[in-house]
Amino acid sequence: MSMRMRMMKLYSGKSWLALVIFALIVVIILPALYLVTPAEHPLHVSSYIINLVGKIMCYMMVALAMDLIWGYTGILSLGHGVFFAFGGYGMGMYLMRMIGTEGQYQSSLPDFMVFLDWKAYPWYWSFTDHFWYAMLLVVLVPGLLAFVFGYFAFRSRIKGVYFSIITQALTFAFMLLFFRNNTGFGGNNGFTDFKWILGYRITAPETKATLFIISGIMLVAALLTCRYIVKSKLGRVLTAIRDAESRVMFSGYDPLPYKLFVWTFSAVLCGIAGALYVPQVGIINPSEMSPANSIEIAIWTAVGGRGTLIGALIGAAMVNLAKSWFTVAFPQYWLYVLGSLFIAVTLFMPHGVVGLLRGLRRPKHKADVKTEPAPIPAMSQNQGGETRSLSGTSGLKGATP
Amino acid sequence: MKIFLSWLWLLLCLPQISFALDAELLKGLAAEENDDKIIAIGKLADAADSNAIPALQALMEGTLSVAPNGNIVIHAGDGVINALTAKAISLAPENLTPIDINNRVRRELNAALAALKLYAPQQAVRLAAAKQLQTNADGGLIPVLDRALANEQDPTVRDILQLTQAQINLGNTDPTIRLAAINALASGSNPNVKTLLAAMTEKKPDGSYREPDSNVRLAAIDALDHIQGRLARLELLSHAFNGLSLGSVLLLAALGLAITFGLMGIINMAHGELLMIGAYATYVMQTLFRDHFPGAIDWYLAAAVPFAFLATALVGMALERGIIRHLYGRPLETLLCTWGISLILIQTVRATFGAQNVEVANPVWMSGGISFASGLTLPYNRIVIIAFAAVVVAAVWALLNKTRLGLFVRAVTQNRTMADCVGVPTGKIDMWTFGLGSGIAGLGGVALSQLGNVGPELGQSYIVDSFMVVVLGGVGQLAGTIIAAIGLGEVNKYLEPYAGAVMAKILVLAFIILFIQKRPQGLFALKGRSAEAMA
Repeated sequence: MSMRMRMMKLYSGKSWLALVIFALIVVIILPALYLVTPAEHPLHVSSYIINLVGKIMCYMMVALAMDLIWGYTGILSLGHGVFFAFGGYGMGMYLMRMIGTEGQYQSSLPDFMVFLDWKAYPWYWSFTDHFWYAMLLVVLVPGLLAFVFGYFAFRSRIKGVYFSIITQALTFAFMLLFFRNNTGFGGNNGFTDFKWILGYRITAPETKATLFIISGIMLVAALLTCRYIVKSKLGRVLTAIRDAESRVMFSGYDPLPYKLFVWTFSAVLCGIAGALYVPQVGIINPSEMSPANSIEIAIWTAVGGRGTLIGALIGAAMVNLAKSWFTVAFPQYWLYVLGSLFIAVTLFMPHGVVGLLRGLRRPKHKADVKTEPAPIPAMSQNQGGETRSLSGTSGLKGATP
Repeated sequence: MKIFLSWLWLLLCLPQISFALDAELLKGLAAEENDDKIIAIGKLADAADSNAIPALQALMEGTLSVAPNGNIVIHAGDGVINALTAKAISLAPENLTPIDINNRVRRELNAALAALKLYAPQQAVRLAAAKQLQTNADGGLIPVLDRALANEQDPTVRDILQLTQAQINLGNTDPTIRLAAINALASGSNPNVKTLLAAMTEKKPDGSYREPDSNVRLAAIDALDHIQGRLARLELLSHAFNGLSLGSVLLLAALGLAITFGLMGIINMAHGELLMIGAYATYVMQTLFRDHFPGAIDWYLAAAVPFAFLATALVGMALERGIIRHLYGRPLETLLCTWGISLILIQTVRATFGAQNVEVANPVWMSGGISFASGLTLPYNRIVIIAFAAVVVAAVWALLNKTRLGLFVRAVTQNRTMADCVGVPTGKIDMWTFGLGSGIAGLGGVALSQLGNVGPELGQSYIVDSFMVVVLGGVGQLAGTIIAAIGLGEVNKYLEPYAGAVMAKILVLAFIILFIQKRPQGLFALKGRSAEAMA
C-alpha cells in the first residue's frame, strides 16, 4: 500500500472533508480576517480571538497526547504538564536570549540573572541563542525525560493509579525545582517580556498570525500522526494493553517498547505544544507544572471522550472556551463548574461528548453498528475485570482469568 | 573606672546592709564635687538594688534635679517624680536645679548602670546589661560577675556572663588561672566560646603562638574538641527532633489516606481538602469559644478535636455514599472525580470563609517550649503534636484490631465477597471505613492548624506528600505508613542543612520516585497475590 493510500484510509471521505475545512479555517480564513479586515469590519477577527484560539490549539495538541497515552493505552499521566512546560521553557530560553540588551537592566543577561548577580549564563543555557538548538531542546528534553522515566516505570511494571501518583510527584518535584531562583529559570516569574522571534517583533500582528498558522498546521499534523498510530498495528497492541495487559503478554508481546514509544511520543507532542504556546501567550512560569494543571488535561480528554482523537480535540476546546468565558464573567463559579465537570463526566458520561453523540446517532443507523467498531469496546469489559480485582483489594486478582 | 572598681571591690567585702534606696546615698549624687558623686554612684551600684536604676538613668540623661527643698527629683517629660519614692509631685520645672556631670562621672555611671541592671527583674534588661559588660570586659569585673552569676537563672544571660568571665580570665597573666578558665569553659556548650578558644590556638604573624604556655594551649585544643563534639551531638539531636515533628505531621496528614487509599483502595484526591476542613473546623471552634466562652479559650482545642473529626467524617461518609460508591473498581475515574470534589470543596470554603488565610492561634499552654542549654529548644506545640499523632495512631490501631467494626473493616478489605457471604454489611462498612479515614484527616487538620496558615489551599500542599507517604510505606500497611512518615520527616530534616529546605524536599521526592521503581509495592510489601491486586 502506498503512503498516499494509507493516509487516505485514515479517515472516511466525510471526515477528510471536515478536516480540510477545519484546516482552511485555521490556516487561511481566521488569519486573513485578522490581518486584512479593518477593526470595525463585522467579519474582523480580533487579536484576542487569535490569541485565544491559538492557545486552545496548543491545548488541543496536549489533549491529543493525553488521549494517546490514556484513552488508547490506559495509562493516566498526571504529569503531562511537566513536558508541556519543558517545551515552553525550551522556547522561552531562546526568546529570553533574543531580548538582548532591551531588558530593564540593559544587560546581555536576562533581568532575573542580573537580579541574582550572575555574571554569565549557566552551562545549560549555552547555544540557546540558536533557534534550531532551542527547537532541538523542545523535542529532546521532554522526550528524554519521558523515555528515562517511562523506561524505569514500565520496566518495574508500575501501573494504574501508582503510575498516576508517581507522575504527579514528578511534576510537583519539578515545579518546586523551577520555583527556586537559583535553578536559573527565572524562579517564580519564569520567562516573560519577550521581544523578538527569528528577527520579527513578537507583538506584531504578522508574527501573531504566523504563529497561529503554524499552530494550526502542527495541530492537523499531530492529529494525522496520532490517527496513523492508533490505526496501525502498533495502535492495536496499545489498545490491547489497555484492555488486558496480561493477555497481551501471554500472547508473546512485550508491552514495554509499545508503552515506552507512545509515552515518549506523547511527551514530545506536549513539548511541541508548549513551545508554540509560549510565544503566543508571552509567558512561561513554573505554575504550568502544578499538579492541578496536569490533572486538568485529563479532564479535557475525558469530557470529549477518551479513545477517540476527535473527542480529545472537542473536549480541550470546550473546556477551555468555557474556562476563558467563566473566568471573566463569573470567576467565583469557575471552580464549581470545573469540579462538577470532573464529577459528572466520570459518573454519567464515561464516553464523553463523543459517546453522547454516538448514542444519539445509533438508533437511527442500526446498520452502522456492525461495520463500525463499537466506540470503546473494551472499556466496559475492563471495568468489569477491575471491579473484581479492586473491590477484593487483596486476594482476588490471582483468581481472575 | 579604676576608682569605681576598687570601690566595688572594697564594698563587696562588707556585709550588705541596705536594700531599700538610701536617701543619703541619693543625695550624694547631687554633691558639689564630681569625686563625691562617683563615690555615691559606687555605693548605689554596690547596694545591688535595681530601684536605683531610674535615678542613675536620669542622671545620665541630665534629667535628675534638685528640688528647692533639697529632695532629689526626676524631671521626666512634663511631670516631676520624687526619685526616692517614685511618686509624682507637683512642682514647676523652672524651680529645679539640674545636676551636671562630666565625662568621667558618665563613664562610672555607665558601668554602674550595667552592673545594677544585672539584678533587674526583667530578663531583657539583664540581657542588655550583660552584653554591655561583655564589650568592656575588665579584670575588675570578676567579683561583679561572680555575684551576678550566683543569682542568675536565665540560661542566655548566664551564658554571656560566663563568657565574659572566661574572656577576662583567659587574658590573665597567670597560666594556672587561664588553665582553670579553659577547664570551666570545656564543661559548658556555649557556641561563642569556640571562637574564644580557637583564637588561643592560632599563631601570630611572627610564627609564635598567641598562647605562650603549651599546656594551656593543649588544654584549649582539648576543650575545643569537647565543645565541638557536644555541639555536633546537640545539632543531631535537634535535627532528630525536628524530623520527628515533621514526620508526625506527615503521619497525621497521611494516616487517613492510609485507610481510605491503603485499605479500601479509593484514590481520594479530596483528602487534602478533608485536612483543610479539619483545620477550618478548628477555626470555627476557636471563634465560637472566643465569642461565647472567652474564659475557656485555652481549651478550645479539646472541643475542636471531636468537632473536626465528626465534621470531616460526615463529609467523607456523604461523599462515599453519594459519589464514590458508584465508582468502585474504576480507580482512575475515582481519582478524577475526587479531584473535582476537591475543587468544589475549595471554592465552597473560599466562598464561606473568604480567600484569605484565617488566623488560628496556639492556646497559651502550647506556646513556648522547653529550652535546654545552648540553643536547643523544643517548642510545646511540636511536642503536643508528636504526642497527638501517637495517640491517634494508637486509637486507630485499637479500633482496627480490637473492635467489631475493625474486624469487619479488615474482613471487607481482605476479601469482600467472602465477607459479604458470611453476612457482613459490606456497603455500610465501606461507608464507616471511609468516614473513619476522613475523620482522621480532620484530626490531621486540627494539628496542621496549630503549625501553619489555614487557608482554602491548605490541602493542596499536602496531597502529594500524603500519597507519597502511603505509597512509600506500602499500600494496606498501617505500620508502613508510620515508618514512612517518620522516615521521610527525618530524612528531610537531615538533608535540609546541606541542601536547603526546597532542595531537600525535591531530593526526597526524587528518592521516592526512584524507590518506587525499585520496589513498586513500597517498604512493606503485601506478599503474594494480594500485592498484584492493588496495581
